[in-house]
Order: sequence, then C-alpha cells, then structure tokens
Amino acid sequence: MITQAVQEREHYLNASYGMKSWLLTKDHKRIGLLYLATVTLFFFLGGAFATLIRIELLTPTGGLVSSETYNKLFTMHGVAMVFFFLIPSIPATLGNFFLPMMIGARDLAFPRINLLSWYLLVIGGLFSLFAMLAGGVDTGWTFYTPYSTTYSNTWVIATGLGIFIAGFSSILTGLNFVVTVHTMRAPGMTWFRMPLFVWANYATALIQILGTPVLAVTIVLLFCERVFHIGIFDPTLGGDPVLFQHLFWFYSHPAVYIMVLPAMGVISELISTFSRKPVFGYGFVAASSMAIAVLGFLVWGHHLFVSTQSVYAGLVFSFLSYFVAIPSAIKVFNWTATLYKGSISYATPMLYAFGFIGLFTIGGLTGLFVACLGIDVHVTDTYFVIAHFHYIMVGGTIMAYLGGLHYWWPKMTGRMYPEGWAKLSALVIFLGFNLTFFPQFILGYLGMPRRYHVYPEEFQVLHVLSTAGASVLAVGYVIPMMYFVWSLRWGKMAAANPWGASGLEWHTPSPPPSHNFEETPVVTQGAYDYRGVIGEVIEVG
Amino acid sequence: MASPAHAESLALREQFDTAAQQKDASTLGMWIFLITEIMFFGGMFLAYTVYRGTFPLVFAVASSSLNVYIGAANTVVLLCSSFTMVLAVRAAQLGQQRAIIFFLILTLLLGGVFLGVKAYEWNEKFEEHHIPGATFHLEGVAPDQQGHAQLFFSLYFAMTGLHALHMVIGVGILTVLILQTRKGRFTADYMTPVDVAGLYWHFVDIIWIFLFPLLYLIDRHLK
Repeated sequence: MITQAVQEREHYLNASYGMKSWLLTKDHKRIGLLYLATVTLFFFLGGAFATLIRIELLTPTGGLVSSETYNKLFTMHGVAMVFFFLIPSIPATLGNFFLPMMIGARDLAFPRINLLSWYLLVIGGLFSLFAMLAGGVDTGWTFYTPYSTTYSNTWVIATGLGIFIAGFSSILTGLNFVVTVHTMRAPGMTWFRMPLFVWANYATALIQILGTPVLAVTIVLLFCERVFHIGIFDPTLGGDPVLFQHLFWFYSHPAVYIMVLPAMGVISELISTFSRKPVFGYGFVAASSMAIAVLGFLVWGHHLFVSTQSVYAGLVFSFLSYFVAIPSAIKVFNWTATLYKGSISYATPMLYAFGFIGLFTIGGLTGLFVACLGIDVHVTDTYFVIAHFHYIMVGGTIMAYLGGLHYWWPKMTGRMYPEGWAKLSALVIFLGFNLTFFPQFILGYLGMPRRYHVYPEEFQVLHVLSTAGASVLAVGYVIPMMYFVWSLRWGKMAAANPWGASGLEWHTPSPPPSHNFEETPVVTQGAYDYRGVIGEVIEVG
Repeated sequence: MASPAHAESLALREQFDTAAQQKDASTLGMWIFLITEIMFFGGMFLAYTVYRGTFPLVFAVASSSLNVYIGAANTVVLLCSSFTMVLAVRAAQLGQQRAIIFFLILTLLLGGVFLGVKAYEWNEKFEEHHIPGATFHLEGVAPDQQGHAQLFFSLYFAMTGLHALHMVIGVGILTVLILQTRKGRFTADYMTPVDVAGLYWHFVDIIWIFLFPLLYLIDRHLK
C-alpha cells in the first residue's frame, strides 16, 4: 500500500533493506527504532509482572502465588521497568532520533558507540531475562545488603550483571549526547536557541555520566561481597550495610531524574507546539533542567531517613529535597503561563501533556510529603511511597513518552496515527492510571506496607479498586500498541510538518532522508518562533 | 557534504563537517569518559575513606605490612611510562612515525614492568595469608580485629585490581596503536587516537598516584 510518491523519494527507511542493514546500522534514527522495539518489549514484560501483582492483591489472603514468588514478581517488575524501560525510554528512543535533528546535525558524534550502546542494552537485558526465566530474583529492585549478598538464594549475580552492562549503555548514550550537543550544532544554533527537549536531554546525559558509574562500582562491590565475601557490607567483618544504601541511592535518586527530565523536555515541546506560543520563560525552563540535574545529586539521603543516618544529615537532606521542588515548579508554572492566551488545539499529544502536568504535580507535591522527616517516618515503605513515585514515573514519564511518540510518529514513520482511537486511549489511560494509583495513597496513609501480598481485610476495597484501575490501564496501553502497528501500513501519509511546529526536525521531509537534511540548516531564530510557520498552518487548514 | 575540501580526507567521518570538529568531539568524548572513570573509582575511594576513618589504627598496621620500597619503585616506573607516552604524542604531532613506535613500545614495556611487579606483590600476599578469606591472618592485630584488617586488604585488592585491569586495557590500546602506526594510519594532521590514548594512560597513572599513599603510607602519617 506504499504510494508512488514515497517510493520515489529515498529516506532512511528505504535506503537499504534486510536484517543486516538494521543490525549493523549507524544511523541514529534506525538505532532509535531498535531501542523503541527493545524498550517496548521490556515495558510489556514489566507490565505482565505488574498484572500478576495486581491480580494477587485482589484478595487479602494471598491465594494465587506464594510469598517467595510474590517477592520475585515485584523485584522483576521493578528491574524490568526501571533499568530496561524507564531509563532508556525517552533518551534512547526519542532522544536518539530527534536530538541530532533538532540541532541540525547529520548524526550523533559517535554513531558506532551509539550502536554499541544498543547492543549493551540488549546483552544486559538478556542476562536479566535469563535470570527471570531461570527462577527470578527476590531482593527487590534495590538489592539491599546483607540480604542480597549473604542470604538470598536467587539469581542476584545474573540480574546484577544485566544491570551493570545496561548501565554502560546508559553511560555511552549520555556521553554521546553531551559531545553531540557541544560539537555538532548547526551554524547559528546557539545554546539558547536549542529546543528545550535538547536541554532536558543534555541535563539527563550529565546525570547518566556522573551517576551511572557509581551504580556500576556498587554492583562490582556487591559481586565481590557475594562471591568472595570480602566484608565491605558485612557487619560481622566490620563492614556496613548502610554504605550500600548510600552508594545505591547516590545513583538511584538521580536516576529518577534520568527518567523524568527528558519527559519534561517532551512536554515543553508539546505545550509550545499546540498552543502556538514560545515557551514562557525559556531561559528559566532550560536552567531549571540543569538545576534539577545538580540538585538531584544532593538529595539521596532522603531514602535513608530511617536507616541509622544521623538526625543532622536527615535535616540537611530533607531541606535539599524541598529545594528540588523549586525548579520543578518553575517548569509547571511556565508551561501553564505558555498556555495562557495561546491558540490551543487538543490533538492527542496535547492531551498527554495535560495529563502529565496534572499527574506530575500530584506526584511532585506528595514528594514534598515524603521529603518531610516527620511524615516520612509514618509513610516509609508504605503504598504512599509507591503511589508517589508511580505518579512521577507512570503518570509523568510514560504519559510524556506516549505524548512524544504520538507527536513525532508522523516524522518517524511518515504515517499519521488514527486520531480518534488515540484520543480515546489517552482518556482510558488517564482514568485507568488514577483509579490504579490514587487508592494507593490512601492505602499507604492507612498503613498498608509495600512488598506484602497478605494484608488485613479492611484494605481489600481499596486494593480491588486499584486492580480494577490497572485493568483499565492495561487496555489503555494495548490500544496504542495496536494502532501504531496498524498505522505503519494503513495510516494516512504524513506531511513534513503536520502540526505546524517550529523545530528543525519538521523542516525536512517525513520520514527524513538518511542524512536528516538535504543541506545543513542555518539557524537564524530561537527554537519557538512561529512567525515563519504560519503559512503552512493555513494551508493544512 | 557541507565542506568538500575536507571530505577528501579518509579519516574524516561522514557526520562531521571539518577535521577540527572531529578532533574536538573525540577529545571531549575521552575527557567525559575519564570523568565517568573518576566516578567509578570514586565508589571505592568512598568505601576506603569510611573504613579508614572507622578503623584508623588497624588500617595503619595493615598498611605497614606492604613493602613501601617496591611500591615507590613501581610509582617511578609508572611516572616514567607517562613521560614516554607524552613523547609518543609529541612524535605523533610532528609526524615522526619511527619515534611514535619507539616511544609507544617503551611505554608498553614500562606498563608491563609495573604489572609484573604488581603480580609479585600479590603473590607475596598469598604466601603471607593476607588474602581475605578463611585463612586470613595478620600479625600484630588482636583476634577480634582481624576482620577489620581483612577489610583493608579487601579494599587493597579491589582498588589495585581495578587499577591493574585498567593497565591491562591500556596495554591492549598501546598494542593496537603500534600496529596502526606501522600501517601509517597517523599523520601530523590526524593523530587523535594517539592523543586520546595518551589521556587515558595519564589518567590510569594518576589513579595510582592516589592509590600509592592511601594504601602504602598510612602508618608513616601516624609516626
């Protein structure tokens, strides 16, 4: 069904064919699609574990699976979702595809390293997948010592090795992005003309570079401890298990910002495009990404409020955690101000952007609850914390990821997705999400601890509500999966700039040629200047 | 392509417009990689700092069992290798093929000497029962503090082991460079691989400059 017009023009999808042309490609756009396929697989794998968890929690007695199996389910849900979906999701797919295009480059600075990083993710994923199939791992995605080093009889090493290898994928992606932004910008693309999506990915890349090696060395020490029993985390030899928690969260708290900063970048693009206004306070939004990257490294201790950390350290970490709210709030306020008197259209990506702003705000504000020492002692390790970070990760990151995927789908594939189905699924996801996770705030506040599959009967109503919501959410995720695949063949042909957007990536045909642009663009204006694109919009109607 | 003048150069990859842009990107890439390496070693330096702060006296006793003279001699060897590496980079800048190969081989040999001496020191630890594990025993430390002394040696092996691994990788890189130089890959205009390999080699050297006093010289500080 490919029409004549497309067959005539060569682009990155039809430049070459065959398995080898994909598996050995150095084109950042194709590598972006390889990542898309990989992380989608892990998303549905992690989703399958979540489904089993929610079905199990329908009844208070824990009839479906044993405690051991339940421990493995939530561990593998966390490992698959955090390390193999959320962290690579936006940077490695949308970032890989669009960061070079948005700054007017032909490719990333190191295309071979880019391909290598995809292979590392796949190899790491295979190790973890092997561990899951061979019997699973039950330590929780946090691998706390001494349980993980001394007592757990599950596949800790294989899973850890998978995460270790995938970590280098993340490091290399970050390295590539930083070097690309520094050295590959098109003529006239100054730092403060860069789209905010690029700023967000740049800030994310800095976290990947500075944080991920610490996770790597932590896993090395964990291996040494588990295999040789060297005593670094073992109190009987003078070691300290809390040292592991410090090292782990030194990476894993900034990792939260690896997951959400690119999402914020996507939202800046969506809000601007669909209200046809430059982002209000562009400089502040760009700087707030950098501020979040820096502050993100100074707050890990708020995961250790109840882990023998000194009260004074707790006070400082609590204060600094409140501080992160400032750049986050700057973003939310500036997006809202961008909407003010904008010419707003309600296309699907914009619906996701609205969903993001609302849900991220709830997730962020409840983050202030748990940053408060007194309240945190009450809600530590309860469903309140679960609900809080799912509002950020699922309500924030996945909403933005889907919004970005819809927004850039025409550019990536040259096809439009079906707007009606897309709006319906955005609505289903929003409703299903809230029904799943809002009851968990109440559950947690009432004292339901995380990681238990047996619970008192009075919690059952809220658990049933949550499971019902998860079912709706699952339907919401399957619909886009189906129509995206459908659109590859039957979707309407996409114009070069279907949204009347201003970014450089829209100034080239859909799908783009192998070298992105027919000739290197020369940039003469800021990222969100719509004066030049008004004509096109009138044409589109 | 945007600048056909440079497109003739075989060494210029298609994503770059100019050779200068390519060199900037490669150099910045290596510097960023070295930053990730600092963070990687940083985890072990943190563990060292925590436990030396907690058990200062046991760490001093354990440290005194290391041979300072061998360690110091090895430090000199490594510093010399950094010097020959600089000379290799300089030779590459001047386009002197034979000098590049000569100094790279010299660097390789000095790196090999360092690793050999390190292997000898580790072997000594085996014979003295200073390997963490069931048979671990350190003279002059009370029985209830043997675990703390063992921590010192755990860190000693983890840190010097990780450093030695980086040396081995460095030796591999030097070997590849020597082979490439023989094929005439590098000219005065294109010698970026030699340049960034030099950065890596100096980095590994600097890590040792920190490891040597932290591991060998603790008790001198107390005296």
